[in-house]
Amino acid sequence: MTARGVTISAASAFAFSPRRVAAMMLRYWYLLRSSWPRLIELVYWPTVQMITWGFLQYYVMQNAGFFARAGGTLIGAVLLWDILFRGQLGFSVSFLEEMWARNIGNLMMSPLRPAEFIAALMVMSVVRLSIGVIPVTLLALVFFDFNLYGLGLALVAFFVNLMLTSWAVGIFVSGLVLRNGLGAENLAWSIMFLFMPLTCIYYPVTTLPIWLQPVAWMLPPTYVFEGMRALLIAHSFRPELMLDALGLNILLLAGGTFGFLALLRSARRHGSLMQTGE
Amino acid sequence: MSASPAIEVERLVKIYKSVPAVDGISFAVDRGSIIGLLGGNGAGKTTTIAMIMGLITPTSGRVTVLGARMPRQRYAVLQRMNFESPFVEMPMRLSIRQNLTVFGMLYGVPDVGRRIEKLGAELDLTDLLDRPTGRLSAGQKTRVSLAKALINMPELLLLDEPTASLDPDTADWVRARLERYRRERNATVLLASHNMAEVERLCERVIIMKRGRIEDDDTPPRLLARYGRRTLEEVFLDVARGRGELREAAQ
Repeated sequence: MTARGVTISAASAFAFSPRRVAAMMLRYWYLLRSSWPRLIELVYWPTVQMITWGFLQYYVMQNAGFFARAGGTLIGAVLLWDILFRGQLGFSVSFLEEMWARNIGNLMMSPLRPAEFIAALMVMSVVRLSIGVIPVTLLALVFFDFNLYGLGLALVAFFVNLMLTSWAVGIFVSGLVLRNGLGAENLAWSIMFLFMPLTCIYYPVTTLPIWLQPVAWMLPPTYVFEGMRALLIAHSFRPELMLDALGLNILLLAGGTFGFLALLRSARRHGSLMQTGE
Repeated sequence: MSASPAIEVERLVKIYKSVPAVDGISFAVDRGSIIGLLGGNGAGKTTTIAMIMGLITPTSGRVTVLGARMPRQRYAVLQRMNFESPFVEMPMRLSIRQNLTVFGMLYGVPDVGRRIEKLGAELDLTDLLDRPTGRLSAGQKTRVSLAKALINMPELLLLDEPTASLDPDTADWVRARLERYRRERNATVLLASHNMAEVERLCERVIIMKRGRIEDDDTPPRLLARYGRRTLEEVFLDVARGRGELREAAQ
């Protein structure tokens, strides 16, 4: 089929424009820059959580031999959990900003492709996470003598796997909000807490009942937290755990993207993109 | 330029649950023309426009826009069209310039800064460009929405109630700008409205919808002559109250 002599092909639906991704990043950057409460909020909760758990760890280390040996596991778990939770929240909140601003219709009727929108949300989740978590890691170093960056290359493997999980969940939740409107907004804030008991952030997988352990091993963050404990307690980095997590993350990301596209198609069928309220 | 219509709608149906919002309508809009889509609340105007833009998938039927099937091939033509609707807003915290920069980049506008300056001058927004969009009056916001709709100099402009909630003076000002844009760019405009005076002034052809169907489709002078009325408002009331059908039956 042709329009004005230009061949219209299916490829146009998949054309990826870095300029459109940059446009969306610019939009979120303008928003962050214009609102100091948004910036404060990014740092506030990670700081409060790190300080609380940091003091708890300090107390436990003085009174229990195991924790004295496993120095840093609690505070390390808190910081890695924050990467997972804040990464997803950074993705989802940028998306929700469009719903709150009633701007989603403008975007959906513009040449912006879903892949470009998602790419911009991914980059912004890293930006928001960096603003919130980097100062907190420095505070952990100063107040509790815990150097997250001392984990070295292992930290990169932990970070990549946690971010991939957070994006997969963020993408799927965004699809749910597109399809169901702001009535589904609470999922964006709470869905990650479903992972909390199952991914064994603060305890080994063996703590779970045997029948629940296979479920825990289906979730990529479980491998990251086990890997962190192995590194901090036994001082051994276990690359096989990271590769398993990466494999699961690829499946999770594919599932999240497939779910998002299916929900977007459903939203177009049901006219939900015209009614983005509750 | 191809002689094919800018918009072709064939036997278009949209059913929500079991309720038909649009019920088997067909029409074509020639390139360079300005057409009014007239109808009361729930007539199906907004749903029709949303299907033309590819925002809603039809239950059945076919929509072709600038040669592309919607919504499947929408990305081939979205860069050449734009819209304005009271159902969407621009982000409030961003300034007008920031919003227009973002949309200019999304639509692939070259030299966005210069285009914004030009639009600012044309739409009397120059002094407001650095003001947050949320701090504008209703009239100013409408001008900003119009600036966003014109940022990519679209060949096809879809307008849903472009002067809703504006005072008569501002509404008249907006209509004048739309007329000028259409004339200068030979653009195609599809305008959905409740405002009969607006449609009468701007449109060379009017499609009257009622309960998801097209009740009439003609030029304003011919509609006035056929219904024996002096204004489109009277014609609209005849159609809305079923007097058109009674008159046809009597004839």
